[in-house]
Amino acid sequence: MKALQIIQSAYRCTVEEQDDPVVWFAQVLQNNGGEIDILLKGNAVNYVIAGQDSSGLKFGKWQQNQPAKLDLDLTDCLKNGLGIYIISEDAQDRGIPTDKIIAGIKTVSRKELPALFEEYEQVWHW
Amino acid sequence: MSKKTLTFLLMDAPFEQARVTTAFRLIEDALEKGHDVNVFTYEGGVSLSFTEQKPHPNAVHGRSVVEEEHPLPKDWIAFIQEKAKEKGCNFNWINCGLCLDERGVNDAIVGCERGGPADFLVWAKNSTSTLVIGTK
Repeated sequence: MKALQIIQSAYRCTVEEQDDPVVWFAQVLQNNGGEIDILLKGNAVNYVIAGQDSSGLKFGKWQQNQPAKLDLDLTDCLKNGLGIYIISEDAQDRGIPTDKIIAGIKTVSRKELPALFEEYEQVWHW
Repeated sequence: MSKKTLTFLLMDAPFEQARVTTAFRLIEDALEKGHDVNVFTYEGGVSLSFTEQKPHPNAVHGRSVVEEEHPLPKDWIAFIQEKAKEKGCNFNWINCGLCLDERGVNDAIVGCERGGPADFLVWAKNSTSTLVIGTK
């Protein structure tokens, strides 16, 4: 089954899987026979910036040793056959430079979304 | 109307968002119409079926625990399970196992099982429709 996952809430719950939970979920579905792609919109387009670093969280003597690395997670997704899209207007609004975007990410404009959705049996908006 | 199978994915923790209440209303309406329903819970949603939820009195309202009749999602699930039986519908509930472990809420009411995203994928493949109700 071909399903598109739309992710909008950015950096939410990243301490749980030390990842984005929906990106994590999408990878599990793909590994279990799903045909999964991801569309990042709103603030979640920031996930595609290569080299981002969220390390440094600590409380007292505790330090997070496996911080979320969304750019690497998306790179793994691409290697595993998931397609990843971002909405071009959302990236432009946030000043995301194209030379910082991970290779292999596809860009779609808002007006192209209906045609993109038509390619899938199911579209899930998280 | 032909019988359909509907799958829901819920992510919100008990009480914190009206989305849970709305989802439960949708689920009950689907059962009322004779459809089968699957529910997969993820993240905070796994606490919806936790057995240790307890009602409390409301001093602000001047009501005892009995008078307050504090709503508990685990009871809502039990009532929906009962309704499904009455209507002759299948009603399945699976909690994400890793999410249960992280939150220490493994003790779910009877009928709510432990599973993983692969179970959700199987349901989605075999359902008439699937609705993901994400959290914000």
